[in-house]
Amino acid sequence: MRKFDTVTGIVIPLDRANVDTDFIIPKQFLKSIKRTGFGPNLFDEHRYLDKGQPGADNSQRPLNPDFVLNQPRYQGGTILLARENFGCGSSREHAPWALDDYGIRVIIAPSYADIFFNNCFKNGLLPIVLDKKTVSRLFEEVATEEGYSLTVNLVSQTLTTPGGEDIAFDVDEYRKHCLLNGLDEIGVTLQDADRIREFESQWRSRSPWYFNEDASPRN
Amino acid sequence: MAGKTLYDKIWDAHLVTQRDDGTALIYIDRQLIHEVTSPQAFEGLRLAGRQPWRADANLATPDHNIPTTREERSRGLEGIKDPISRIQVKTLDDNCREFGILELGMEDQRQGIVHVVGPEQGVTLPGMTIVCGDSHTSTHGALGALAHGIGTSEVEHVLATQCLLQRMMKNMLVNVNGRLNPGVTAKDIVLAVIGRIGTAGGTGYTIEFAGEAIRALSIEGRMTVCNMAIEAGARAGLVAVDDTTIDYLKGRPFAPRGQLWEQAVTAWRDLVSDSDARFDHVVELDAEAIEPQVTWGTSPEMVAPVSGRIPDPAQEPDPSRRGNMEQALKYMGLQPGTAIQDIKLDYIFIGSCTNSRIEDLREASKVVRGRKVADSIELAMVVPGSGLVKQQAEAEGLDRIFIEAGLQWREPGCSMCLAMNADQLPAGKHCASTSNRNFEGRQGFGGRTHLVSPAMAAAAAVTGHFVDIRQIAH
Repeated sequence: MRKFDTVTGIVIPLDRANVDTDFIIPKQFLKSIKRTGFGPNLFDEHRYLDKGQPGADNSQRPLNPDFVLNQPRYQGGTILLARENFGCGSSREHAPWALDDYGIRVIIAPSYADIFFNNCFKNGLLPIVLDKKTVSRLFEEVATEEGYSLTVNLVSQTLTTPGGEDIAFDVDEYRKHCLLNGLDEIGVTLQDADRIREFESQWRSRSPWYFNEDASPRN
Repeated sequence: MAGKTLYDKIWDAHLVTQRDDGTALIYIDRQLIHEVTSPQAFEGLRLAGRQPWRADANLATPDHNIPTTREERSRGLEGIKDPISRIQVKTLDDNCREFGILELGMEDQRQGIVHVVGPEQGVTLPGMTIVCGDSHTSTHGALGALAHGIGTSEVEHVLATQCLLQRMMKNMLVNVNGRLNPGVTAKDIVLAVIGRIGTAGGTGYTIEFAGEAIRALSIEGRMTVCNMAIEAGARAGLVAVDDTTIDYLKGRPFAPRGQLWEQAVTAWRDLVSDSDARFDHVVELDAEAIEPQVTWGTSPEMVAPVSGRIPDPAQEPDPSRRGNMEQALKYMGLQPGTAIQDIKLDYIFIGSCTNSRIEDLREASKVVRGRKVADSIELAMVVPGSGLVKQQAEAEGLDRIFIEAGLQWREPGCSMCLAMNADQLPAGKHCASTSNRNFEGRQGFGGRTHLVSPAMAAAAAVTGHFVDIRQIAH
């Protein structure tokens, strides 16, 4: 996984609550068997005026000029500012893959759906939770100042505004450690392989019906 | 010391190791796999040179992407017209073969929607931890299993380690007291719950559904309720084990037998919350007050009783909610104040992991028996949840009832719930759907979804608009 340290970037404001993962990446793009290439179809149904298809040449499609991603002032943005319950609905990891592939590194919102929140950390994305009032203030600041950028420092757990104000944020210790070091979580878990084996053997003797040899799925 | 909730009990039994930072490694008994969220996980295993920790803890079946017309299905993999879909389904076949995982493939009679197949096969058992790369994994909680959706990285993690890294969730109890009125179903209960607590009301919680009305539900009904726990923001829903659970599982192909069954049942009887267990949040609902529900907007919380009207955003004091309502009504092409029963439908979809089990099809068939689909309905389809549900329905003659009434009878799969295959709701069309999400574009680009119970969808099919199912004689 890519290491996360400090990100400075233009903030893209997506002023809408309950953005679901269908909104982030529509279903037809989930047919891909790869992890990459979803960026051009991020927010597809709102970013373009026609219906997107996998494999289509997105550069030829009519853009929705009203959608935030298409406004010149937000081009190259790497920080997405959003409203509450961001990423609700389907568990598709294609949502963080699409955000990542587009170039988003940080999301700021008052709250997230649990599965999406988890999925972000597995892909080197940092979802930051700030209180509703602060998020609203950031929306106002972004609207007034073209080119509004934030600096996100994961080590110190602070956001720095163009005015020099530092805003602190919380992050789970283990997730921070994984992001900073770009750790492979499976590798970390497998360091506990002996413990897992020991648990498994105890669990098997306590609850043998879950390990039923005669009736367990076998190929 | 306070007693334990059902969630606490299953969590404690599966705790491999607790870390200082509050995260824990939880042992996973079962993983269900489908074609859409697994290819990248298997690819990850291959790239790292890893093997599944325990191949026999997994079961796979294709569902999201496969066609539902008999014409396409009769020719197997080659019959899938969309080449990208065909590759994805074939990739699942190849991966399962390579890694030694049992797959109920496209041509297997037992194939179906993964959340219908698991319980039906007895692969889902009480007290298990179950994961799947699909948010509706919460369905399996109906059998007293701790089950939730995960992302693809976690699918790979569980394949490689048989564990999941988790933080303990909070406990919510939803008590549905009293008895449902005739015509009111499990779907109406869960929509009413979501209407009450909102789509983020359950975020960070496991919801246990309890109370007389839940106890009175069949396992199919409980699955409908737990299925939509995620629509209230909760990754997992649970119902305590009782006789209904045990009776449902007895004799299922992958359920234990003989003495092992007896031992298991004894252990499963303890899978209930202790009477002195502490819940972080309790919600009480009166079953008798629940009417058949219909969603009018683009989030499952935008729901109204069938006797009601579409609310007026102007009456909403919260500006953010008001904005959401205005956006939703614009997308849905509906006016505030319109009676729910005046909403006209173009499409009818009866299916999905929420409502495609035999009981759902029986309910719908009772309503359409001897009636005809209204002329104004462009397409009405019934998509059974699995090959075995389809077989059972055909043995009971339900397929004939649907076909004679003018509904299409399809092959099992997720179909128009998420419209990854060719079953798509056209832009601007209104669909009465027994599925779980009414998000913008969910059933097709520009499509307008109204979530309802199977009986309500069937009644809408024969009348062309919503009607109060309680006024239609069965």
